[in-house]
Amino acid sequence: MLLIHCPYCEEDRPELEFHGAGEAHMERPKNMGDISPEDFEKFFFIRENRKGLVFERWRHLHGCGRFFNAARHSVSDKFICTYKAGEPKPELSDEQIAAVLPPAKGTPANEPIVSKGDAK
Amino acid sequence: MANLELPLQSRMFANDGIAIAPIGSLERVSLRADDSAFASIEKVLGLTLPKKPKTSVTKDDRTALWIGPDEWLILGQDNASLMQAFGKLRSQKFSAVDVSHRNCAIQISGENAVMVLNTGCPQDLSLKAFPVGACSRTVYAKAEIILLRTGENEFHLECWRSFSDYVWKFLLDSATSL
Repeated sequence: MLLIHCPYCEEDRPELEFHGAGEAHMERPKNMGDISPEDFEKFFFIRENRKGLVFERWRHLHGCGRFFNAARHSVSDKFICTYKAGEPKPELSDEQIAAVLPPAKGTPANEPIVSKGDAK
Repeated sequence: MANLELPLQSRMFANDGIAIAPIGSLERVSLRADDSAFASIEKVLGLTLPKKPKTSVTKDDRTALWIGPDEWLILGQDNASLMQAFGKLRSQKFSAVDVSHRNCAIQISGENAVMVLNTGCPQDLSLKAFPVGACSRTVYAKAEIILLRTGENEFHLECWRSFSDYVWKFLLDSATSL
């Protein structure tokens, strides 16, 4: 099971307690009544849905109940870090990103198992 | 509410190293507050609110459980009229909701208690990660619960009243298939 670090509970907790809540750092326009339908569409519906490094909102629904943000790789599913809501996007080092990259294309997920007994 | 019938009333289970029993009526208050109201709330409660994650504070019959950064669950003796006392704190900014009858409590005890709970609860319940007095909102199978460790082999489980039958049956299923 995936363990997710909750920045409010200050520990790694099982995935089942959490709920994904979409892309992070979406800023609601302050002049909502004045924006054009196109701009509203952009704010309300259009998401990057990026393959790779993503910044997401998560909620520790069955725990402290708080929303927080996370930096995660959407292919390998690995978390780089989580941080409290309202905090700016963290600066991520190349090593941090490299650590969560999925295996290169064509690499088997597991080493093939060769049984010596069958090779007669 | 004098004749309120509890949903798990008269149920009981005991087997090798495990005992599961419903806990009777309790007064429960869901408390939301920030630093500015702590002093007056703590005066009413007669205990210091736990400020660290996953901790609880017990004094006499009353226990305060840390649920979130600004959320606590207060458990106490039935009819302790805590709500009336909170009602007098007019000038403070906080919220206290009486949830006495929303929740049901089950006591799980015995040397196999952790094993039975871990059939449905994904948290690390070892004494190191979840010592006596530790508490947390978490899940048990598909139901949301609040778990409080009252002893080395003793847990207090709070779940919603409507989930209590489900939680009870899942616990029994786990306990009988150890």
